[in-house]
Amino acid sequence: MGLLSKKDAALIKDPLADNNPITIQVLGICSALAITAELEAAIVMSVSVLFVLGIGNVVISLMRNIIPSKIRIIVQLIVVAALVIIVDQVLKAFAYELSKTLSVFVGLIITNCIIMGRFEAFALANGPWRSFLDGIGNSLGYGVILIIVAFFRELLGAGTLLGFKVLGDPIEKTGVYAFGYENNGFMLLAPMALIVVGIIIWIQRSRNTALVEDH
Amino acid sequence: MGLKKQLHDFKVKNKDKKWLPAFSAIHTFLFLPNEVTHNGTHIKGADDLKRTMNTVIMAMVPCLIFGMFNAGYQHHIALGDIQAVTAGFFSPEFWSIDNFLVGFWQILPLVIISYGVGLGIEFIFAIIKGHEVEEGYLVTGMLVPLIVPVDIPLWMLAVAVVFGVVIGKEVFGGTGMNILNPALTIRAFLFFAYPTWMSGDKVWVHGAVERDQAIAAGENLDAISGETILGTLAQGKEVAYSAADMFLGFIPGSVGETSVLLILLGGLFLIFSKIGSWRIMLSSVLGAVVMGLIFNQVASAGIISESSKFYGLMSAPFWEHLLIGGFAFGTVFMATDPVTASQTTKGKWIYGFLVGFISILIRVFNPAYPEGVMLAILLMNVFAPTIDHYVVQGNVKQRMKRLKAKTA
Repeated sequence: MGLLSKKDAALIKDPLADNNPITIQVLGICSALAITAELEAAIVMSVSVLFVLGIGNVVISLMRNIIPSKIRIIVQLIVVAALVIIVDQVLKAFAYELSKTLSVFVGLIITNCIIMGRFEAFALANGPWRSFLDGIGNSLGYGVILIIVAFFRELLGAGTLLGFKVLGDPIEKTGVYAFGYENNGFMLLAPMALIVVGIIIWIQRSRNTALVEDH
Repeated sequence: MGLKKQLHDFKVKNKDKKWLPAFSAIHTFLFLPNEVTHNGTHIKGADDLKRTMNTVIMAMVPCLIFGMFNAGYQHHIALGDIQAVTAGFFSPEFWSIDNFLVGFWQILPLVIISYGVGLGIEFIFAIIKGHEVEEGYLVTGMLVPLIVPVDIPLWMLAVAVVFGVVIGKEVFGGTGMNILNPALTIRAFLFFAYPTWMSGDKVWVHGAVERDQAIAAGENLDAISGETILGTLAQGKEVAYSAADMFLGFIPGSVGETSVLLILLGGLFLIFSKIGSWRIMLSSVLGAVVMGLIFNQVASAGIISESSKFYGLMSAPFWEHLLIGGFAFGTVFMATDPVTASQTTKGKWIYGFLVGFISILIRVFNPAYPEGVMLAILLMNVFAPTIDHYVVQGNVKQRMKRLKAKTA
């Protein structure tokens, strides 16, 4: 990346792999369980978090020297809440069906620990450009896991991807269904999201044993 | 210089090879290994893990054979080929070679898939981790075909076994480290993943699903219905089977769970060989009886109306709950799993009681999932370490008090 210095590039690269907010810091699990039954919802959620965290980090970073530290959580909440309302209203206006699927989870981006975590840990101590990169990096790391989980859950659970019947029609018995294949209903239930996240964590840590925590 | 020595030499020669765990697993299973302890003196019981596992398998064999006869019997009865059993346990209508062959060809593949896939994964993990192959799957592999419906598609079973062994056991570190009973993990996976193959009135009798497809294709046949007793009760209908049928096992159900008589025999065998815990079995029955009696009282006191969807199962006599569904099988063979059950004596009583109690609770209040035993045992598996912890802490506290009283 010629555009970014090595230090800045790390802000984007680290959360994608070795410091992933979901698999390493184990934050934002709640929404990872709730909205990953469909790929489309997961993508919209990722984009929403990208928007909120990218802009939010910049705003907090710009205000970092004037926020009294005693009330900083309230200030952070107001910033996130404002951004989330924008996202929510945009979704309602342009993708009403989808916003119904996501229901409260758009609103609950406010409580997504990744966002408050990045505000606290990074934006309050760094300049706007680096904060912006950090926000983008972390929300991309969050989004990647969300999309991987949703990919497997939708494919195996409903036999579709983004609503397209990629495996054939289960009722008319075309595609793989002609051979007796059936959708795995368990994949659509929340426990399976946790197990898929667990498998990703397992694979990641067995490839890089330095990530394994000592107990 | 016999075969024994040759095998041993072979092992020494190849001790760095990756596949050695696989070889030595088969070796120690078939022969007594030729290895001696190197340092210190040890007292060693003759009943190592493999022998323990084999004992449990032996206790289950009668259930498996009965299951084969029963699968054929239910199939032929549903087709109208034979009459229902009349002359007690040894009725010739039941123990016919015809029945056996139908069941045998249906159930043998289940056993082969269960062992083939499960042991395959055990071998792969042993080779990756470089340790000896663990014997834990021997019992699980036998339990699995006994607790699934006879017509379950084989690929589903294979997927479930992969899931159950990897997620239920290997991620925790293999045999002896698992929190959940692997066989029940496999069943629970099937249950939630493919509910149409695990519940309803079509899957318990061999041939019912095929018959349905033939009817859908336009053939003029009668549909086969083989509702389990739990299913019938959950719908509030009259049960067509007598208590003797339920006890002896001439009823539709999962392959090996129907005959309470043979399960009891297996249970006694486990108790006398000191492998199964009688405390867990007894307390589990007690728990089920207590919950059953409570529900009977509620139903007869008129607290709920007869039209309530819980009424059918609630008003079933409490002893019937012990005979139907997987309760007996789960209590004897699954709840007593020494790895996932409580370890302390007091803990075993509490654990067993809650297994029985919660089984009936789930059965009655969750008509969509009539089999509560599976969920109850899995739930209590999770709580077993907690129970043990408090039992041990209680003991420590008592002793501390005694110590204080003495020194004061």
